[in-house]
Amino acid sequence: MSDHDQALAEAVSLEAARIQALGETAPRLARDPINQPMINNWLEAIGESLPRYTAGEAPPAMAQVWTMGGLHPQRDPNDPLHSMMQFLTDAGYTAVLGTNCEQTYHRYLRVGERVSVTTTLDAVVGPKQTGVGVGYFVTTKSTWRVGEEEVATMLFRVLKYRPKGADSAPGDPAVDPTAVLRPTRNADTEFFWEGTQAGELRIQSCADCGALRHPPGPACPQCGALSRTHVVAAGTGTLFSYVIHRHPPVPGKTLPLLLGLVELDEGVRMVAELRGLDEEAVRIDLPVQVAWQRIDDDLTLPVFEPRTP
Amino acid sequence: MTSTSTLSLVGQELPAWELPITPTLVVSTAIATRDFQDVHHDRDLAQSYGSQDIFLNILTTTGLVERYLTDYVGEAYDVGSINVRLGAPAYPYDTLVFTGEVSAIDGDEVHVSVVGAVSLGAHVTALVLLRRRR
Repeated sequence: MSDHDQALAEAVSLEAARIQALGETAPRLARDPINQPMINNWLEAIGESLPRYTAGEAPPAMAQVWTMGGLHPQRDPNDPLHSMMQFLTDAGYTAVLGTNCEQTYHRYLRVGERVSVTTTLDAVVGPKQTGVGVGYFVTTKSTWRVGEEEVATMLFRVLKYRPKGADSAPGDPAVDPTAVLRPTRNADTEFFWEGTQAGELRIQSCADCGALRHPPGPACPQCGALSRTHVVAAGTGTLFSYVIHRHPPVPGKTLPLLLGLVELDEGVRMVAELRGLDEEAVRIDLPVQVAWQRIDDDLTLPVFEPRTP
Repeated sequence: MTSTSTLSLVGQELPAWELPITPTLVVSTAIATRDFQDVHHDRDLAQSYGSQDIFLNILTTTGLVERYLTDYVGEAYDVGSINVRLGAPAYPYDTLVFTGEVSAIDGDEVHVSVVGAVSLGAHVTALVLLRRRR
């Protein structure tokens, strides 16, 4: 971690401790008492239907609905979530993503009751490297009450993060793409690397029985023959498996790095970097096609991208 | 449609439930949950933030998990808690497929694990606590 990041992390934990020390916010009263029209709107939209929801009880998962800020929310300047989020936004963690919501219902609410809500800052954890970027997990706890009686609680966690593009943009001077690990080239593999430089994805084949094999080797695993040649693959296949490499750093590569095991249409499987995909989009069985990453005059690496129709 | 199925065995599976996601579902549930954030009703703005489309809000996800359970057990149980972990966004024109399984039984308390999957992967992974009513 750089000195700057270290100082930032300390500032974030100081601010978190300050907001946590403020404790629970003043209770904020729901706009309306628990009422049948709002329950009916929920039942219509969610599609729930139980007799008890038209006989005086509200669906428990509506707990938070009663105290939502509405179309023109009044910002409580002491709201811990808002204060912490603003601080993180100013620190460069501009994006937000809900990750967890844990609601506990002590009892069902009844038409005519009016709830209030309080909030505390429960925890701020980070900085963490995540799939979408470096960020902090911010957890708040909300408590709903009818009068003094606690009726429901919620732990709500968001990831407040710096989008990945923002800290490892293409052309990041820290990453020299020509510094990649060089493959071993020998009598068995030279044809493959000559192929990539010529824009051909070559698969070794047995000159005797014709069986295809990859990675290349001296003998045919089917018939044992030593004479070999190659075919040119169509370059299309499906993603058989993949890994997301986060650590340790790899020379010439920006992390996290997506590595795929691609099953080519010809039947052999090949390991290569996946390009044009992120953790959200990558999935097994994804149709892919080969593309070329030219490193320099001596080396071109095959990579795989999502297949375009 | 109210059934009153009981949950008596750990490992017992709930019938799968497929819910087509439409813009109307996303918008009507956002408004019914009083969530007026633009990403739940304005596709132009949602896309300007880098999102593919509008998407389901979290209160609705929790509500749909509740419905998945109550559609099956009716009024035989109270819902004691719903813990959801959020994953892939639920966009219109996708289908949300809920599956569930009893993960633990402790007297009158039944824990059900639920997954709501969309084409991108798990939209929600939830643990629901039900209490048998006496």
